[in-house]
Amino acid sequence: MNEKEKLMGWRSLPLGGVNLQSGSAVTVHTGSWRTEKPVLTENKCVHCMLCWLYCPDASVLVEIGRMKGFDYDHCKGCGICAEICPTEAIFMVEEELETT
Amino acid sequence: MKQIQQTRVPMDGAMAAAYAMRQARPNVVAAYPITPQTKIMEYFSEYVSNGEVDTEFLAVESEHSAMSACIGAAAAGGRTMTGTAGPGLAFMWELLYIASSMRLPIVMEVANRSLSAPINIHCDHSDSMGARDAGWIQIFSENPQQVYDNTIQAVRIAEDPSVRLPVMVMQDGFIVTHSLEPVDILDEGTATSFTGAYKKSHSLLDVDEPVIFGPYDAPDFYFEHKRQQAEALRRSKRTIFHVIKKFQEISGRRQEIVDCFNFDDCELAIVALGSSAGTARAFARHVEKQNGSKIGVASIRVFRPFPNEEVVSALRGLKAVAVLDRSESFGAYGAPLFTEVRSALYGQKDALKVLDYVYGLGGRGLIPKDLQKVLSDLREVAKTGVVKSEVNYLGVRE
Repeated sequence: MNEKEKLMGWRSLPLGGVNLQSGSAVTVHTGSWRTEKPVLTENKCVHCMLCWLYCPDASVLVEIGRMKGFDYDHCKGCGICAEICPTEAIFMVEEELETT
Repeated sequence: MKQIQQTRVPMDGAMAAAYAMRQARPNVVAAYPITPQTKIMEYFSEYVSNGEVDTEFLAVESEHSAMSACIGAAAAGGRTMTGTAGPGLAFMWELLYIASSMRLPIVMEVANRSLSAPINIHCDHSDSMGARDAGWIQIFSENPQQVYDNTIQAVRIAEDPSVRLPVMVMQDGFIVTHSLEPVDILDEGTATSFTGAYKKSHSLLDVDEPVIFGPYDAPDFYFEHKRQQAEALRRSKRTIFHVIKKFQEISGRRQEIVDCFNFDDCELAIVALGSSAGTARAFARHVEKQNGSKIGVASIRVFRPFPNEEVVSALRGLKAVAVLDRSESFGAYGAPLFTEVRSALYGQKDALKVLDYVYGLGGRGLIPKDLQKVLSDLREVAKTGVVKSEVNYLGVRE
């Protein structure tokens, strides 16, 4: 949210809490909340797509017939993909702490 | 003046509601049955099945789902209506807040019914009182004619660009829903052009200019959204006045926000909501015939936004007023209508005494002679200036 929006009073807001800027699901990087992140061992992956199916955040990247990797901008590190992977190709590693 | 085309037909409150809904031509109605509103939706679904109205009728699995579906349909940009009663309204509770906060002009028929437990299917106002903070415009109907008139007006009030708030139209369960009375109905063209075509705001189905409905608000914005919503409900009174006037032009009927009967020179008055106002007026006429004394009766038709100014102005100069409450607010000092009327009167110069009478819970009847006790209390208060008991229960066995 830019600074100008932060100053908006109740008179200027769009009605009903509607957000006129669509696409915030993409632009807001919920991945910054992670404490653990999934890592793929490519040679163990059989491309069954179960991780993609189960991911609650649509953060597993696939193309036809192939699991490609993780969208680390949006992955929240819940670990369901690692839990569900039938070949244990995914494991969780601790996220590096940001020291800002 | 243009000739008003109306037909007089016998209708009960349920028929009147369904008929008005049909004339308003909603795009979507999502509903779940519950006594005593079921007939409203049954009549309406007959219209749908007979092809007399082109509405997508969703028979959902609960009232919670009904309001959810209505919210989705309204956000998608359709005129949306539904109906419920008592526990059904309670089941929709979280969604009532959502509908009004999202500024969706849904119109809902509420057949006032008590809340469980014990299970009771009869009339009292607990259901709509429980929802009075949800941000909906609340309009009470005394009889089937008012149900019809209020529903037609509700559509126009709700969809007005300066309002865009949902409206619930109340009618006393069984007492009004199931009683046949003569109702003057507008012809199709007049009713349909009065309600007009649905004016879309943003729409979920708009893929060219997509917006996000119902997103998350952190503490830095929620308060501003609520402030905006509060202002909209306050300001809606202006539109309600305007629609009252416009409706009078097409129907010849004018229903005030607060209907004042016999206020010309009275010292005592009764304030009520719904059909009991009619009972109070019958009682007042009887008393006047008996001994010439006048009792005023104020029937509050629009309860939200609460008509502070109209209540103050109606009760100005009186000595004592009895508020009839068909619901309890457990733990509060006095029942809902009493607390709101008293709050409106606070700070006024005249020392007006206000008494509360909780009555009629669970459909316990109120007939004119029951008000005799109320009248003698009011007379005593006016004479002595002393209120022996401020919050009272009328018609309950001790």
